[in-house]
Order: sequence, then C-alpha cells, then structure tokens
Amino acid sequence: MDVIGYHHEDAGQPPSLSPAYASTVARSPRQPLIQIPHTLTEVTGPAGVWDKLMGPSRADLTRQQKGEPLGQRIVVSGRVLDEAGRPVPNTVIEIWQCNAAGRYIHKKDQWDAPLDPNFTGAGLVVTDAAGAYEYTTIRPGAYPWGNHFNAWRPAHIHLSLLGPAFATRLVTQLYFPDDPLIEIDPIANAVPLPYRQRMVARFDIAKTKPNWALGYAFDIVLRGRDATPFEGA
Amino acid sequence: MSDNQSPDLFGQTPSQTVGPFFHYGLPWKGGADLVGQSDMGARPDLIPEGHYVLNLASPKGPVAGEVIEISGRVLDGDGQPIPDALLEIWQANAAGRYASLDDAREEVPLDPNFIGFGRASTSAEGEYRFRTIKPGRTPGPGNSWQAPHIAIGVLGRGLIKRLCTRLYFEDGDGNRDDPILALVPESRRNTLIAQKIDGGYRFDIVIQGEQETVFFDV
Repeated sequence: MDVIGYHHEDAGQPPSLSPAYASTVARSPRQPLIQIPHTLTEVTGPAGVWDKLMGPSRADLTRQQKGEPLGQRIVVSGRVLDEAGRPVPNTVIEIWQCNAAGRYIHKKDQWDAPLDPNFTGAGLVVTDAAGAYEYTTIRPGAYPWGNHFNAWRPAHIHLSLLGPAFATRLVTQLYFPDDPLIEIDPIANAVPLPYRQRMVARFDIAKTKPNWALGYAFDIVLRGRDATPFEGA
Repeated sequence: MSDNQSPDLFGQTPSQTVGPFFHYGLPWKGGADLVGQSDMGARPDLIPEGHYVLNLASPKGPVAGEVIEISGRVLDGDGQPIPDALLEIWQANAAGRYASLDDAREEVPLDPNFIGFGRASTSAEGEYRFRTIKPGRTPGPGNSWQAPHIAIGVLGRGLIKRLCTRLYFEDGDGNRDDPILALVPESRRNTLIAQKIDGGYRFDIVIQGEQETVFFDV
C-alpha cells in the first residue's frame, strides 16, 4: 500500500549531538539514523481525540488556582501551519512553563526563587478550523541551570504538538524578543542561525488586549506532505 | 532582527528538548495504560499537592486483542538509566487498523475502545512500562506487509529532538518479511526485537554505545 509521506527535516532542525548543551553528549546516538520510507505507521496519528487522551482545553493558565498569579499577563496567539502555509486544524498544543520568578512547580526544581501558589503553568489548546489558537498566561522568568558556569535559560514556554501523524510530532520552545540570554543559550543555539529566530515570538500591539494583557504572535510550522505517494518496491 | 513572523524565515519550527520538568505538562494519569484504568505513565511524585491539573484517562470498554505489558529501561551512553525521559507509542489495533483519518481501510475494523497512542515517563530508575494489546499486521510499501510493531518516540532532558524507533516482537508473525526491518543491518536488528518474558515483553532503549538501539530518520 503506497501512502503519501511527509517531508523530512529541513536545515533548521538541530543535531541530536549539540555539545554546548552538555547533556546531549551521552544522550545522542553515535550510529547514523536509518532512512525508512513512510508507511501507514508514520502517516497516521491520533487526530481529533485529544479530549479522550489529554482532557479538555485549558487555555487560560492564569485561572487554574484560587487567585491570580503574579507577573506580566500575556496572550500568545497564532496559527499552526504546514510547510505549504496551509492551516492544521483541530490539532493539540500542550503548554508548560515556569512562573514569573523563573521557578517551576516541579519538585526537582530546587532553585531558590519563589513558588507562586496561584500558578501551575500547564495548559492545552486545540486549533480551530483555520488552524488558529490563543492562550493566556504570565510571562515566564529566566532561571539558572547547571550546564556551565553562570548559565541562565532565556525566558521560554514549552510547546508540544502532535499534528496529524506520527511523523509530524514537534516539541519546541517559544522565546521572547529582545531577550539577551537567547544569544548565549546552548539549547536555543543548537538551532543554527537564521533558523533559531523562528522560535522568537513577535510583540504585537494589535494582539494586545487593552487594560489586560500584552500580545505576542507565534505561528508553528509542522512538516508538510509530499505531493505524490512513495513508490514501493 | 528576523523572528517567528518573518516571511523569509518561514519553515519548520525547530525542535527543542522537553527539558527535565515536563512531568506536569505532558504525561497524563493512565497515559501508559492503553487498555485499562490505572494511572500508569504519570509521575505524581514529582508534582506538589494542588498542582496536578493533568487529565485522568477516560473510561474505556473492553479492548479486543491480547493484552500485553511492555517494559524496559532507557539508558544513556555511559550505561546509566535516564530518569527524565518520556516515551510515546503509536500502534494499530489487534486487527491492524490505525485509529486515524489517514487509515481509511473500512474493511479492517476499528476498535471503539482503542486509540493506540500512549505516553510513559521513566521512573527514578529509568524504567518505563506500557499496558496495551499486541497490534495486528499492517500494509507496508507496495504489496508488502509489516510485522506487528509499535512506533516509539523518545523525548527527554538532553534530547534536543525526538528519537524514533520501532518495537517488534520476538514471536511476531512476519518479522522475516518486514520491509522496514529489512533496511536494518542484520547485526543490529536484535535491538528492535522485544524479548518475551513472563506477562509481556522486555525492550530496553539504549541511546548510545554498545547495543545502541537503531533509530530511524522518520
């Protein structure tokens, strides 16, 4: 059975071994990846059943606890597209992040910055028929990490997408414009320039909600599909 | 400076690691139990009281097929277990049909109680565990047939992008004729074969080094 496959990685994807991000050294394969044609396994995925798996939408991360979290309230919106610019409708985006002080609620995060009892930092949105999404949160802080002396992660939001198929899975991070830490961050810079900048959101006064929240634009581009089926042997 | 909205930069959004703190964002309770109602797959021990906002798996009816448990360890290049990895699986149902709009073969039945997608966090000891059913055979390229297999994605701290592999079964029907296994050098095929043990199958994932698992360019 011949199926229409998805494009492979483009030049903007980082290598698994990115030594400046020290943990990749022992956590990247040394053997080359084996090329395979896409089969039904790779071009299918659990589309449209997100609520059965991950639960209902949670698009406002500022209203998950009793009170309002501290920090700068922001709205992030955009579209999920394929490489041809076509919208990817009804696809899930999972979101997680630290609080305004740069602290995750995760028990392994032992950095001495305050926890915010009113901020958990996990959300979920599903794109509409036009591939559009929007969520409300607070701007996350920067935080130190142990990669090298005086290492600090730039402020970022973790984003996870499944897209229509096993082949379109993407986990990425959203960064903020004018953050000086991006330039010296080994994780962001595992992605070569200019492609790294694809992960930097744009401040948008038109998306900003008067008297409420600053607006940022961020589109997410998943792998596109080939034009013709793979010709099997 | 160019950014996410620059037309001249339009293209695939780059992959980034899930980092070490994904446990309250990704693995839901029961994510690793594709047939039952347990909370397998989550790590509530890493999330403070009052902050567990993730889903509980919705109730499922009986699932057709042979129920199996798949377990193993995820190991790094120093042979050390990886306690902050996340595995995702995707598989066909017992009849060999994917619960996906892109598998339109109406002659092969869907199972209303089986989706075929799961997630498991590794434990502090680097162990993972899924409960699922043994998938049926599915079509491969041309007129070929794939042996029963489960597609696996490996995510985690230190993994800047997902690694993709496949699990085949030691006693699987058709391994010898599988068109994907045929692309793997014979000396490395054993890294893709789960070994039968009491109550299920054992499948370690070795990210690097001797017995390094075969990863695919998907």
